[in-house]
Amino acid sequence: MSAVRWTVRVQAIERAMFLRVAWLVLRKDVAIEAKTREILYTTLFFAVACVLVFSFAFVREGQPIEGAGGGILWIAIIFSGNLALGRTFERERYGDTMRALLLAPAPRAAIYVGKLLGIVALLSLIELMLVPMVALLFQAPLFARPGHMVALLVLGTVGFSCVGTLFAAMLMRSRTRDVLLPILLYPVTVPVIIAGVLGTSALTQTPADEPMATLWIALLAFFDVVFVTLSLWMFEPLMTE
Amino acid sequence: MRKLLTPLVVLTAAMFAYAPIAILNGPAESTMLLISKIFYFHFSTWMALTAGLIVCGVCSAIFLFKGNATADRFAFAAAELVTVFGAFGLASGSIWGRKAWGVWWQWDARLPMALTLELIFLGYLIVRKYGGPGSDKLAAAMGIFGAATGPFIYKSVDWWRTIHPQTSVMTTLSIKAPEMWRLVWFCTGAFLLLFVVLLLVRVHLEERRAELDRLYLEAEA
Repeated sequence: MSAVRWTVRVQAIERAMFLRVAWLVLRKDVAIEAKTREILYTTLFFAVACVLVFSFAFVREGQPIEGAGGGILWIAIIFSGNLALGRTFERERYGDTMRALLLAPAPRAAIYVGKLLGIVALLSLIELMLVPMVALLFQAPLFARPGHMVALLVLGTVGFSCVGTLFAAMLMRSRTRDVLLPILLYPVTVPVIIAGVLGTSALTQTPADEPMATLWIALLAFFDVVFVTLSLWMFEPLMTE
Repeated sequence: MRKLLTPLVVLTAAMFAYAPIAILNGPAESTMLLISKIFYFHFSTWMALTAGLIVCGVCSAIFLFKGNATADRFAFAAAELVTVFGAFGLASGSIWGRKAWGVWWQWDARLPMALTLELIFLGYLIVRKYGGPGSDKLAAAMGIFGAATGPFIYKSVDWWRTIHPQTSVMTTLSIKAPEMWRLVWFCTGAFLLLFVVLLLVRVHLEERRAELDRLYLEAEA
């Protein structure tokens, strides 16, 4: 076989291996979680408690403050995401399975992608519960423009999760990992949070400001590309120790 | 590098001694008079911070991918300086804003992003101090993310309608008030020299610390 055809063949195999490894890591996480559903239920309950606390803080004379729903939704997502990240990687650390993963002859970036997809899936399940709850409690018309809302949520979750997975993984061996994760994660993901909140506010206004929401969705997509690229690039050297 | 330090310190001190005299004797701005002169140092401190961002970002990347210890020391020193110059920039901007806009703070595009940058690099320092073993690599990751936000902050005033003046201010100054423009660049030069001096001193301190650690380890062995 000629050198060019051989290279093309090897690259195709490598790409397939990358996707297969990511899929295997995701399947492992889902299988473990499906057994006890511990992280899912506890994080879900935390998110609900979070929204309840905010509802006591932001209700005046029985009415929620105008436009508070969008901000509270995203705060609940960020706080639950922080918890979910910590718990997921605590599980890895406890079983010392991260070392086993890193020792496997698999591309590190594929392991990162697999874990990222697991976190995104977990957060998506939590958002499925949170969005109707916030729409109900804060009388926010979150279902008026479902397409835009879903785009905002998906892009925002991916943006937050990609940086979160990187930081949670690299903090696994640190003593003060629980308190350091939010300290490091929140400032870096501020652009994602701002875009999510302002996009949701644009959608829940009366009348809904669609061009503004589309602008924020485009900005979120841009941030996602930058963050995912940076995270993929940095995962390998950060985990070699 | 040690030989370079003394003349640099002398030059920086001289520039800083001359700067207030030049600023006070400089042309007066029509609407804000004395307070507008904060601009000379406000612009300069953010230029020094940009230099710090570039040094920290590049050195963090070099340390992360090559494991070069000198790069790590430069990144740490640059991150500390970013925090210091950023704090001064936020404070000076706040004072200027109180007079110009009537408020100490405004939630527009640039100010929160600048505050976020400050928080990212404070996180760098916290991780460095309390992160435990391996914290130099974690901090390097923070440094790279922090440096990546720099261009956003710079361009934010051009892309969004904000209360903060746009980036075209300097170009306008060079046409309308060349004396002010020259003075701004003089102050910027002073701040950049200060940045270089502090960077060299801080890196030297880190080198001494590393040497001390090495000697302790040797003595114990």
